[in-house]
Amino acid sequence: MNRQMKSILFYSLVVVVVIFSVFPFYYAIVTSFRSGQELFNPSVFPTSFTMGNYFSIFKEQPFGLNILNSVIVATSVVVLSLIIAVTASYALARIHFRGRGLLLMTILSVSMFPQVAILSGMYELIRSMGLYNSLPGLIIPNTVLTLPFTVWVLTTFMKELPKELEEAAVVDGASPLTIVRRIFLPLMWPAMVTTGLLAFIGAWNEFLFALTFTLSNEVRTVPVAIALMSGATEYELPWGNIMAASVLVTVPIVVLVLVFQRKIVAGLTAGAVKG
Amino acid sequence: MTLALQQDGTATRKAKRSNLSSARLRAAWLFLAPMMIALAAVAGWPLLRTIWLGFTDANLTDLSQSQFIGFENYLSYYDGEAYGVLVDAEWWNAVWNTLWFSVISVGFETLFGLLIALILNAEFKGRGLVRAAVLIPWAIPTIVSAKMWGWMLHDQFGVINEILLSVGILSEPIAWTADPSTAMWAVIMVDVWKTTPFMALLTLAALQMLPGDIYEAARVDGINPIRVFFKVTLPLIRPAIIVAVIFRSLDALRVFDLIYVLTSSSTSTMSMSVYARQQLVDFQEVGYGSAAATLLFIVIALLTTITVVAGGLKSGEGEQS
Repeated sequence: MNRQMKSILFYSLVVVVVIFSVFPFYYAIVTSFRSGQELFNPSVFPTSFTMGNYFSIFKEQPFGLNILNSVIVATSVVVLSLIIAVTASYALARIHFRGRGLLLMTILSVSMFPQVAILSGMYELIRSMGLYNSLPGLIIPNTVLTLPFTVWVLTTFMKELPKELEEAAVVDGASPLTIVRRIFLPLMWPAMVTTGLLAFIGAWNEFLFALTFTLSNEVRTVPVAIALMSGATEYELPWGNIMAASVLVTVPIVVLVLVFQRKIVAGLTAGAVKG
Repeated sequence: MTLALQQDGTATRKAKRSNLSSARLRAAWLFLAPMMIALAAVAGWPLLRTIWLGFTDANLTDLSQSQFIGFENYLSYYDGEAYGVLVDAEWWNAVWNTLWFSVISVGFETLFGLLIALILNAEFKGRGLVRAAVLIPWAIPTIVSAKMWGWMLHDQFGVINEILLSVGILSEPIAWTADPSTAMWAVIMVDVWKTTPFMALLTLAALQMLPGDIYEAARVDGINPIRVFFKVTLPLIRPAIIVAVIFRSLDALRVFDLIYVLTSSSTSTMSMSVYARQQLVDFQEVGYGSAAATLLFIVIALLTTITVVAGGLKSGEGEQS
């Protein structure tokens, strides 16, 4: 009896956790299919099914363009960071040199410092390069987010590879670049996919820079577009459209995260615990 | 003779090795150069400029027309009245809000994260599904979660008011995100919802590294599981939890997106980042805003240094014992 009680208690706890986790997203999906007067019906269950909101976000706003902008910015920033990070992390993980610990700590602190601390300096930089209100003007500040993170995580992964791997190559006189290209790159692919995915999510979600360094709706990324969606009047927010846009950009990310679940957990722990 | 030869041999080998290692050293700096240049350009330089701008009267309309004014943005006196960020009540309100938000939400996240990690560490049917479900809030962009909760917490049409009214907990709807007495709690709740998965995953990773035979021994000895948890599990996973708490706290101290979208610029929830950006962009006071941003940077840099130093000492002790 006691055992049964325990098991009932345990499963009810599990149910509460699951409902709390999933309900907001579920409710956003339900809302996104309601339009007009239906929107003001706060029922928990699906009451109507109209695709209207999904059409109107592309008709009333350049949401297609916003998605494209986000894809361009996030992809370029991740590719750029990975290219720079892979050689840097080899040096940090496999070569002993003076100041390595200090450099690693600097990289970690850069990934932890507040973005607002570089906002005015970055604004000035972007302005002086003539990149204000443009996609390159978003790619540059985003590297602050993704580069230190990629270097840190790739370094942790690279440290875990056995020493014997490169010893033979070093003795044979292979250059460090050859070692990276021939030995580490093929082994690092899984780690790079994980790191790239996490960095992509980070860049995809970036808000402060995208909000501050853009002016027109055509260069905005998805988070800014959703945050600034406005209705006919100031007091009337188009909740249906906002929910449709939210669901549309969240579903791919959720699917990606669920598919790569195990890899992501490995990447997150490499980024934090082993540091 | 043989000895000399041998010595000769080791000498050339040593020379060869040092050649090799100096080549590797050069390669190391060459490999690091692109990253260091990139970081200096996108982080170092803008940071230095922000600190500099904090000592000027720069305005957003024309940054080139700025003059050095010393510490006036921080503190200055005109006719016996003090001005500047350091005496601005709104700034100290933002500092207090940020600290309150960070302590409370990281506290709850750690607690719930531990609870969920313990659930996921147990063997039960459908564990994979539960883990997937728990991961969903983490995958949702912050702006999207702020909007989703903003809608659920809507004063007139929000589902939360509807549920609480129908159950009888509330007698009239509450404007959760607008009412100063509930706004911060709304922000904290959304943050806890969004980041508990991160805590849970890190704690779970630590739990799964624990050796199983300890528990076997404890079970055979018939020790109360709660006692085992406090005496064995918690001390063992404590280092991992501390690291996770540090990461989350530093992240919480710079909170911007969630507060900006969920409660906009209401003073009851304004964080240091929101305050600095409001001065910089909305009021166009780049000098003043930069001074506030610099203060935030100093706070976080100090906390980071303290934790890194303390962490370094701790791990040193660990190696000794």
